[in-house]
Amino acid sequence: MTTFEQIQEIIVDQLDKEQEEVQRDTNFREELEADSLDLFQIINDIEDEFDIKIESEEGLNTVGDIVDLVEKQLAEK
Amino acid sequence: MGAKIIAAGKYVPDQSISNDQLAEWMDTSDEWIRSRTGIEYRNISTDENTSDLCIQAALSILNKAAVAPEKLGFIIVATMTPDYHSPSVAALVQHGVGAGPVMAFDISAACSGFVYALSVGEKLMDSGQYEYGLVLGGETMSKAVDWEDRSTAVLFGDGAGGVLLQKTDTSLSLAEDLHADGGQSDALTSGFTQVDNPLKPADGSDPANQALTMDGRGIFNFVSRTVPNSLRATVEGAGMQLEEVDHYLLHQANQRLLKVVAKKLSLPISKFATNIRYYGNTSAASIPILLADMLEAKELELGSGKKIVISGFGGGLTWGSMLIQL
Repeated sequence: MTTFEQIQEIIVDQLDKEQEEVQRDTNFREELEADSLDLFQIINDIEDEFDIKIESEEGLNTVGDIVDLVEKQLAEK
Repeated sequence: MGAKIIAAGKYVPDQSISNDQLAEWMDTSDEWIRSRTGIEYRNISTDENTSDLCIQAALSILNKAAVAPEKLGFIIVATMTPDYHSPSVAALVQHGVGAGPVMAFDISAACSGFVYALSVGEKLMDSGQYEYGLVLGGETMSKAVDWEDRSTAVLFGDGAGGVLLQKTDTSLSLAEDLHADGGQSDALTSGFTQVDNPLKPADGSDPANQALTMDGRGIFNFVSRTVPNSLRATVEGAGMQLEEVDHYLLHQANQRLLKVVAKKLSLPISKFATNIRYYGNTSAASIPILLADMLEAKELELGSGKKIVISGFGGGLTWGSMLIQL
């Protein structure tokens, strides 16, 4: 499973969406109608899944933003 | 020796403020508040302080149980918004309800306060020295919040609730799990008071009355990671399965948080009682108000043998859960 697929699965589960609706360029707030609490929960689950710490949700607008951040942190581990 | 709950009651100020009314005071909306929190109303005190709310709740409880205030052996009040640093709210309640000159003290554990207070109250009852003990949670959160901060001001409400304990042969709780972690204290603070004396260099800062601050994401993470573990530890500590508990009465902070906890434990949300819609977050008062409402609505019955878990979590950080047989 790629990092994107793992994150996609978390988002699909948290927001109760179809897999096709969650792509790299999908915007959380505008396209998935996620609010701040949804984003907290998604980040929370991603932190647990990858054993990383995401300090701030600032600048995380699309699924790809999170994938890039997670991949960067995994590379630095 | 042990104790049982023989009555629960509550008191909230008359003024119930809707989200739409709040939107007249600040830049917010019913849709925003409701979708993120489940809150639609909260009671806001016009002139009653925490002791006034607690006295009314206490009188209601004593009246329901038909127990004279002179029979009380102790009074414990959980609060983070006392009238004074001293006297305690509990001392004011002692006089206000007409109890004898009994031991009375406050417990400071923010939104976990009622669980802490009930745990301490149970230990006092277990000593066998007391026939009756009164355990309350009461708050006027409206004086603690920053009314310019729309992200927190909309969340809280005022109120008081509590239970009357009576001596019996059996233990009140079947298991409990109480904790604090001051390493995360910055996540929720209220009423910071600085050192203020002639030796202190003046720095122009306000020495007192610092309003409530909350790191929303920090608290969310704390609750979603800690509370499910506490509930599991409590229930398993009593040798039971999570499904065997009849109702979970969690601190009413946010309806969305209840859903997160339910999902993490793979329990139906219907197991998690809620009345946050009507009261908002009343901190230490939320669990006893919920218990009182459920008894009033006959959703629960004292003496029924039903097993409930109460669980509080909040500033400190503190958290605590108790499994109780009614």
